[in-house]
Amino acid sequence: MEQPGQEEFFRHPDRRAEGEKTNWIDRRRNVHKIFWVLVVVCAALMASDLLLHKHSKFGFEHWFGFFGFYGFCLSFLLVITSKQLRKILMRGEDYYDR
Amino acid sequence: MIASIPPGLIMILGAVLVPFLPARVRGAYMLALPILGLWQLLMLDMGSFGQMTLFGYELMHVRVDKLSFIFGVIFYIAAIVGVIYALHTNDKMEQTSATAYMGAAIGAAFAGDLITLFIYWELTAITSVFVVWAGRTQHAYRAGFRYLIVQVTSGVLLLAGAVMHAQETGSFAFDFIGIDSTGGWLILAAFGIKCAFPLLHNWLQDAYPESSPTGTVFLSAFTTKLAVYALARGYPGTEMLIWIGITMTAFPIFYAVIENDLRRVLAYSLNNQLGFMVAGVGIGTELAINGAASHAFAHILYKALLFMSMGAVLHRTGTAKGSELGGLYRTMPWTAGFCIVGSASISAFPLFSGFVTKTMILTAAASEGYLIPYLVLLFASAGVFHHSGIKIPFFAFFAHDSGMRPKEAPANMLVAMFLTAALCIGIGVYPDPLYAILPYEVTYIPYTTEHVISDLQLLMFSALAFAVLQRTGLYPPELRSTVLDFDWSYRRLAPAVVGWAFKDGGQIWAALIGGLQRILRGIIQAVFHLHGPDGVMARTQEIGRSALVITVLLVIFLVAFYV
Repeated sequence: MEQPGQEEFFRHPDRRAEGEKTNWIDRRRNVHKIFWVLVVVCAALMASDLLLHKHSKFGFEHWFGFFGFYGFCLSFLLVITSKQLRKILMRGEDYYDR
Repeated sequence: MIASIPPGLIMILGAVLVPFLPARVRGAYMLALPILGLWQLLMLDMGSFGQMTLFGYELMHVRVDKLSFIFGVIFYIAAIVGVIYALHTNDKMEQTSATAYMGAAIGAAFAGDLITLFIYWELTAITSVFVVWAGRTQHAYRAGFRYLIVQVTSGVLLLAGAVMHAQETGSFAFDFIGIDSTGGWLILAAFGIKCAFPLLHNWLQDAYPESSPTGTVFLSAFTTKLAVYALARGYPGTEMLIWIGITMTAFPIFYAVIENDLRRVLAYSLNNQLGFMVAGVGIGTELAINGAASHAFAHILYKALLFMSMGAVLHRTGTAKGSELGGLYRTMPWTAGFCIVGSASISAFPLFSGFVTKTMILTAAASEGYLIPYLVLLFASAGVFHHSGIKIPFFAFFAHDSGMRPKEAPANMLVAMFLTAALCIGIGVYPDPLYAILPYEVTYIPYTTEHVISDLQLLMFSALAFAVLQRTGLYPPELRSTVLDFDWSYRRLAPAVVGWAFKDGGQIWAALIGGLQRILRGIIQAVFHLHGPDGVMARTQEIGRSALVITVLLVIFLVAFYV
């Protein structure tokens, strides 16, 4: 089965026709920039936690950066678990046509 | 006069004319129907009308109150944008059935009694299956049949439950039902099927992605949200619904991560969003019911917008599969932009519609002290951002370049997407008009620093997780595949068991019967040997010998007695 892996995205197979414009987002450099901007935004959000006076109901919501850690860890786990689920649940595209 | 027409009827009756109109005016006519309907709804006063008597029971055809009103309004808006989105099509079957379907769903939302509800409920089932079939593929045809069986089952359960409920309470009125009676359970099951409760959910992911690009937009708005309305009417504060709801939010997102067909991914995320509403209904406080109703309102818009953008991609490229797409932003920038607005809305980014509605449900869960539901809903919020917020636009419009250079979506699709996107942002930026039509008075303030910061932390760190997984190559690539879900049990397991029972099962049955027969024959032979002619027990004896035996016995008896 053909596997258009994600590494390909960063290698950027050049399927652009001759003379087609290279946009800002097509450059690998800029994709890296976006990533680092995201890191900075996340750090800033964490820092803002220190200034925030919280009124939330549950104690754990007052922990430093709870929502950030929770969002990161569970999203990570979600993807890793789903990937493992593929081993059990994934079949060929024509599974129900056979 | 206009005030005495049941809402929805304009569209149901109007649908009859649709196939007879020439293509040029058909679109304008179809657009006029929901606009007229919405105008009529806005004219209506709160209250009930259309009283009838059936077998001694009072029926109330129409009941307009704040809960039915908000669903009526959003159903009409969804109909208007849906029709605009489909203006370029010329499929009479889809156009006629979709018009009647939307009318039936609106009628059901205003049903004052369970019999009227049942009639509209079944009408949505029967009309919508033609919208599925309008996909006009083998897959759509077969998925349509499965869809129809499930939907009709829901109707049958509703009718049975309604009759039992009426016997228990003496009324068919559609008010609070609860789960204290058998009738209540049956009706809950009927609503649960249409609301895609866990294990009853697969008709949704099965049928919706098989419909045409325009058909899915129609389908996505009505059936499931009608069920949410019905739950909010009949079962508010039923605690079991909290647990069902959170299961619905969490379980489909795992599938959404690995599913390849992007419209099926959207169907899974639709299921996940329904979970938030069901949990809100289960919590049942004023804030939670407001949250469920407003989230349904916002959800219909952004989900339609997402299905519209993927429909446009399908319309232009012929596929909606993540493994085939990528890089479409170059030639479909508007569609990509509208898709991102839909993604931001479903992910509940501040200033987009999901934020001002979903956070109500989360706040209600926290303020009632539901710890585990609250944590699961937070997890599901991060998860939905992952697959609907990032995966959908990323794999369709960016990611690896597929080399496809399709034309931008047709003008009418762009107009529909623009209007829907404008509403998504409008509600997010200025939620007061939406809050004003909610069932209960709103004291909730969405834009507090704390709400915004915690929401952004959750979302941005979830985005960071996606970026890290991408950069390390851990993110599962989009693969051409089928992912087995619960429908496997009735599409593969059950037919296999039945087939086996008829084929191999027959031989085992014969062997079993053969064995039993042998044992029986043995018993009969033994009995025949003893009791048959010439058998030991059946031999004739001479009288003299009998007399001798009796005499001997008598002697033994006498001797024994005197000794």
